[in-house]
Amino acid sequence: MAMLEVTKLGISFGGLRAVDELSMKIEKGGLVGLIGPNGAGKTTAFNMLTGVYRPTDGGIRLDGQNLVGKKPHEICKMGVARTFQNIRLFPKLTVLDNVKVGLHNQVGYSLIESMLHLGSYRKKEQEMDRRALEILKVFDLDREAGNLAANLPYGKQRKLEIARALATDPKLLLLDEPAAGMNPNETGELMDTIRLVREKYGVTILLIEHDMKLVQGICEYLYVLNFGKLLAEGTPKEVLNDPAVIKAYLGD
Amino acid sequence: MKQSKNLLAGKRDTLISFGIVIVAFIVVQIMIMTGNISSSLKGQLVPICAYIVMAVSLNLTVGILGELSLGHAGFMSVGAFAGIVATTSLAETIPAAPLRLAIAMVIGAVCAAIAGVIVGVPVLRLKGDYLAIVTLAFGEIIKNIVGVLYIGRDSSGLHFSLIEQKFELAEGGKMIINGPMGVSGVTKISSFTAGFVLILITLFIILNLVHSRTGRAIMSVRDNKIAAESIGISVTRYKLLAFVISAAFAGMAGTLYAMNFSTVTAAKFDFNTSILILVFVVLGGLGNIWGSIIAAALLTVLPELLRAVNDYRMLIYAILLIVMMIFNNSGVKERLMEKRAARRAAKQVSKEGL
Repeated sequence: MAMLEVTKLGISFGGLRAVDELSMKIEKGGLVGLIGPNGAGKTTAFNMLTGVYRPTDGGIRLDGQNLVGKKPHEICKMGVARTFQNIRLFPKLTVLDNVKVGLHNQVGYSLIESMLHLGSYRKKEQEMDRRALEILKVFDLDREAGNLAANLPYGKQRKLEIARALATDPKLLLLDEPAAGMNPNETGELMDTIRLVREKYGVTILLIEHDMKLVQGICEYLYVLNFGKLLAEGTPKEVLNDPAVIKAYLGD
Repeated sequence: MKQSKNLLAGKRDTLISFGIVIVAFIVVQIMIMTGNISSSLKGQLVPICAYIVMAVSLNLTVGILGELSLGHAGFMSVGAFAGIVATTSLAETIPAAPLRLAIAMVIGAVCAAIAGVIVGVPVLRLKGDYLAIVTLAFGEIIKNIVGVLYIGRDSSGLHFSLIEQKFELAEGGKMIINGPMGVSGVTKISSFTAGFVLILITLFIILNLVHSRTGRAIMSVRDNKIAAESIGISVTRYKLLAFVISAAFAGMAGTLYAMNFSTVTAAKFDFNTSILILVFVVLGGLGNIWGSIIAAALLTVLPELLRAVNDYRMLIYAILLIVMMIFNNSGVKERLMEKRAARRAAKQVSKEGL
């Protein structure tokens, strides 16, 4: 059974059919791309997968469990984490604290312990610090731990968002245009990081991306959306040579 | 592993806040002992303590949670009148005033927290301006309800009624809250020391909360709701939690405040009081706990201190407000904060030998 099964997913905003009959199957450990021209409905699909939007029809199952109708924070607890196209960090928290919020449901202690700093507070906070720094190290962000997230340069903010998502210990990681705004060097570095993350944390990754170099370089399988509908799917080689896909991107 | 700098940084802010309060308490105590304090200022000591607790607790909602509340005085009112009923009822059972005050504060806090839940559950679904308007309405509703509330006590227990007095008290019974007349003949059991202890407890709990898992969750909701949800934070839960804790402390402040006056009416806890508290929070800096303490104390004392230059009093008060506003919004403060953060980071790196 596939890890993520999306069946005939659709959503309408008034008269606009943003996504229609989208079906996807992603196996555990896969690195899959979701591509398509601007406005094709890729981010909308992500928003349905993470509970931000409730689909009008269709089903989403993660390891057999239904995700439709669940709240975003519940879906996160079930093992889906994501990043955003327009970066959404916690700007007034430090880099370390951004990741520690991600660990919220991983390392817990009670409200009373929070208010009195008693019991396991100290031990659990130290464990959080240790785990957060460990994740930051993977992204080469550990030196920035004490800085405010708002003060990080753009590329590092993108990385921090992935680090924060990983802190929630996801089975499935959704990356929304991770390479947006990066130069070729940074994109290359990002590709290495994504590969490393998959190996080290064993997560399944689904990413939206416009950078074809990244898509060709790391994705094993692609889904192409156009006007909300699935236009093509297959290996990057098959898909990117598909005349219908080329037409969708470049026009006639 | 060494203690992370986060724990240390949290500690530093905590120490500054406690330091200010303790030093101020000692200075004022010395002034009282040496008789160097005017009687009008002395009379304001307990209200200052209550306002500090109000400002610190409102900072939890406005600065830490990031939701604008214009009805904080409403919770103060609930705590004040619940506390009055509690102390009056317990007068014979618990003769020791400090203990009675403490129990009254707990009852005031619980009642205010319940009010917080009742208001918070529907209201926290609203955003920004709407939330502000509804909390404003809440403050007015509380004021008007307490204004027509009659509570009396006799040998058979407590009697309640709204709008008009619908009960007759038995022989030897006593009205506690008398509708629009409010409460009179309260035994004053608040003291500066009680206020000082309440401030310490408030600071201890709220600062601990901010530097904990719960506090981080609350601040993540403030910084970006969608992102917070996406990493497993229940936005509704943490909004409500912060709001209710904030209300509970306002309730305690209300009890402290009420027990300092022999006459209390609901009209005291009106929109102006809510705004006054908000001014303390905004001028002290959103999310800055010790800023709230200083602003609350300074702005309460200032009109009194400036009595000597009576003609220019309001002028100086206004100029000070403007200067504080400019300082808070200018780059000066941010640059200072950045420098501090950079120094800390540098220290941390050198410590860990990275």
